[in-house]
Amino acid sequence: MKGRVLVVDDDTALAEMLGIVLRGEGFEPSFVADGDKALAAFRETKPDLVLLDLMLPGRDGIEVCRLIRAESGVPIVMLTAKSDTVDVVVGLESGADDYIVKPFKPKELVARIRARLRRSEEPAPEQLAIGDLVIDVAGHSVKRDGQSIALTPLEFDLLVALARKPWQVFTREVLLEQVWGYRHAADTRLVNVHVQRLRSKVEKDPEKPEIVVTVRGVGYKAGPS
Amino acid sequence: MARDSAASAPGSGARAGRPVGHRSAGSRLFGQVLEGGLLHGGVQGSPVLRLFMRWVRRPLLPVMRLWRRNIQLKVVATTLLMSLGVVLLLGFVVIGQVRNGLLDAKVKASQSQATGGFTAAKQKAEEAASTNGDDGTPADGRPSQNVIQWMSELVKSLSSGGQSAFDVVTLPMGGESGSGRGPRASGTVDWAVSVPEDLRERIDGDTAAAQSYTRIVYTSDQASQPGLVIGKQVNDPNGEPYQLYYLFPLTQEEKSLSLVRGTLATAGLFVVVLLGAIAWLVVRQVVTPVRMAASIAERLSAGRLQERMKVTGEDDIARLGEAFNKMAQNLQLKISQLEDLSRMQRRFVSDVSHELRTPLTTVRMAADVIHDARVDFDPVTARSAELLADQLDRFETLLADLLEISRFDAGAAALEAEPIDLREVVRRVVSGAEPLAERKGTEIRVTGDQQPVVAEADARRVERVLRNLVVNAVEHGEGRDVVVKLAAAGGAVAVAVRDYGVGLKPGEATRVFSRFWRADPARARTTGGTGLGLSIALEDARLHGGWLQAWGEPGGGSQFRLTLPRTADEPLRGSPIPLEPTDSRRNRGLNDAGLADPAVAHGTDKPVGVPAQMSAGQAAAVSARGPITPRQATVTPTADPTALPGNGARVVPRPVSGARRQDGGPAPEAANRPDAGPEDSSRQGEASRGR
Repeated sequence: MKGRVLVVDDDTALAEMLGIVLRGEGFEPSFVADGDKALAAFRETKPDLVLLDLMLPGRDGIEVCRLIRAESGVPIVMLTAKSDTVDVVVGLESGADDYIVKPFKPKELVARIRARLRRSEEPAPEQLAIGDLVIDVAGHSVKRDGQSIALTPLEFDLLVALARKPWQVFTREVLLEQVWGYRHAADTRLVNVHVQRLRSKVEKDPEKPEIVVTVRGVGYKAGPS
Repeated sequence: MARDSAASAPGSGARAGRPVGHRSAGSRLFGQVLEGGLLHGGVQGSPVLRLFMRWVRRPLLPVMRLWRRNIQLKVVATTLLMSLGVVLLLGFVVIGQVRNGLLDAKVKASQSQATGGFTAAKQKAEEAASTNGDDGTPADGRPSQNVIQWMSELVKSLSSGGQSAFDVVTLPMGGESGSGRGPRASGTVDWAVSVPEDLRERIDGDTAAAQSYTRIVYTSDQASQPGLVIGKQVNDPNGEPYQLYYLFPLTQEEKSLSLVRGTLATAGLFVVVLLGAIAWLVVRQVVTPVRMAASIAERLSAGRLQERMKVTGEDDIARLGEAFNKMAQNLQLKISQLEDLSRMQRRFVSDVSHELRTPLTTVRMAADVIHDARVDFDPVTARSAELLADQLDRFETLLADLLEISRFDAGAAALEAEPIDLREVVRRVVSGAEPLAERKGTEIRVTGDQQPVVAEADARRVERVLRNLVVNAVEHGEGRDVVVKLAAAGGAVAVAVRDYGVGLKPGEATRVFSRFWRADPARARTTGGTGLGLSIALEDARLHGGWLQAWGEPGGGSQFRLTLPRTADEPLRGSPIPLEPTDSRRNRGLNDAGLADPAVAHGTDKPVGVPAQMSAGQAAAVSARGPITPRQATVTPTADPTALPGNGARVVPRPVSGARRQDGGPAPEAANRPDAGPEDSSRQGEASRGR
């Protein structure tokens, strides 16, 4: 399993500790301590996953996240000391796939990283249709009228999970488990933010969603296909 | 403290929007009459009448509203009405005086004219009598042609002296006409109408002159005019009496009077209108700043703290403005101070959070690595590694709880409410608590989950609250069952967690929510709670506008109830689940030893007495020996249904019924519980937590 992880953190002790844990789990960590240098390091190392501290000298984590997301769909996991809603939501909206609140247990971190990397295993060829979208699961592509829509891997997974069972209403918890790989300690804000981001890309009118429909009080379902 | 003041500011400001209506006694009376009679249909009549009143009232309502709300209109209208009254009164008095003055002069002149006339007529009669001698008086008494002639000439000569300033009429006495001395009138005066009947009668019966006002009517097409008529009995040359009348027209006087009247009316109208305008202007001077103050107060209360009144001059209004501005200034200063304080606190919390968490993360990871490798260590180091990891867990939870509490204190906690099904939350919580329950040998049962229990709530917070309650129940449940009950009714949903463990002593139902409070400091803790769990839960409930309340009886277990409004921002009125469970000892009608002795000494209204508590404690001591708790009635704090939303543990003590043991001597437990003294009982009376 390939596992190049770029750790963007200014706290050297923590970065070193993360390195120890990640190496122990068979990943190849590389480090950068400055927000300004993060993008260059990202281009250089081409990691499979980015661990990003939100509070950085130079450019802050949110900005770095946005820059990386602008050029790549690589999974980004935020490390944050603030579990306040605003901080988390801002981070997620800037493009992070997942977040983990300090202090965390090494096992928890590794589990999240593995969950984000797991999707690189090859899925079986599969064609899905939802609304006027055509999803090629193996080819990681979503098309509307032949026009390709760019989604991050996480958004793609979310869409596929919904589209596979268009008759089913998914609670946020179920989606967390299926898409993010959580089994407990669920934070449904993750789902909310990513559904919003997915909608902004695939819906014709994100205000009146037709692909990903909210079922009040329960969760989400794929729109009529 | 800072949060409380800051939070109360907008609330109190909203009250400023009340309409300012100060009614004077007079206008109140007027209003009562109008509103009572006209506006509120206070007619005790038939339905038709009432319907009519309603029909009349409807178009009046906007006017009445304007009247109630507009002080300027009130003052101007009152001024107009009152000045109109004054002007009318003044007008009547003035006109009356002018008329009297005019008429007095005229009457005097007329009277002297008439007297002269009467004298002249008398002289002429005497002259004629003396010249005619016996010739003028026939034996048969018939008026001769001479007399008739004489009379016509008399009328002509008398009236000619006045140059139509008056007219002269002669009438026979008693209205007789047979004598041939028919009535005569100068000019074209219609004597029959012009000389009033009652004056004629008066002249008939009296020799003195008499006068009366009348209307002089003419037989020609000359217009009738008001006049004064003066009449007297006069003898003709034959010595026969006849009536002689002088008629003086008052046209001139009437003209003068109407001129005066017109002038007065014009002047009065001007005065009234001008007074109204002056009142309007004067009231405006006062009302404008008041209105400005009201609108600015409203804007202040809406949060625009930089708003100020414009102050000009040094009068009372200016003083009001200055005082108002000073108040606003101080308010702004205080609020901004509090805001700064709150911001600093929040900033501090955030900084502490970050500064403390990053090294803690490193320590935590290092500890975990060491912990994982402990098999390679010698036993002492391995055990140390275990302790390190365990205590780091505890440290971490404590830190997280502390940060959460300070976030509440800083008012930084935000509610992310969305419709959630509480059954889902309960299911997750119960499955999460299952491992602990198994260890304790407790079975967690869920009831009331047949229908969806949906409420607008923050799932994360509700789950935290319920997890806390369920874990607490399992922990203190002594291996007995824990029942989680869901219910929804009206605008509220509730989850109650009931255990049958040690329960709560009297007064503890409020104190469980205190920070770092522990039921029994000596008690071993298996899950290592921080002592902040219920405080956070209470804050979470408050954030939802909900209640978190506790009930318990010693040895009879406890029940914690979370009540949430079904939609956010809706005030709670009650809870679908009673705080005291139906299977409490008191509700099952059981008292100790099954005695049907309902409160010989305690059935009064006096609040919880010490003896009752002692007996309760005593029973707890007895029951602790047996495996099955003997049920007994005891002091049971019960929810006040009118409890304020968010007021976590509102507890009202109930009078004790049948709590005393028959054989109860001095309570042995009382010695063991020094805190169960009178102080404890007084604390239980506290309606809510003083925080």
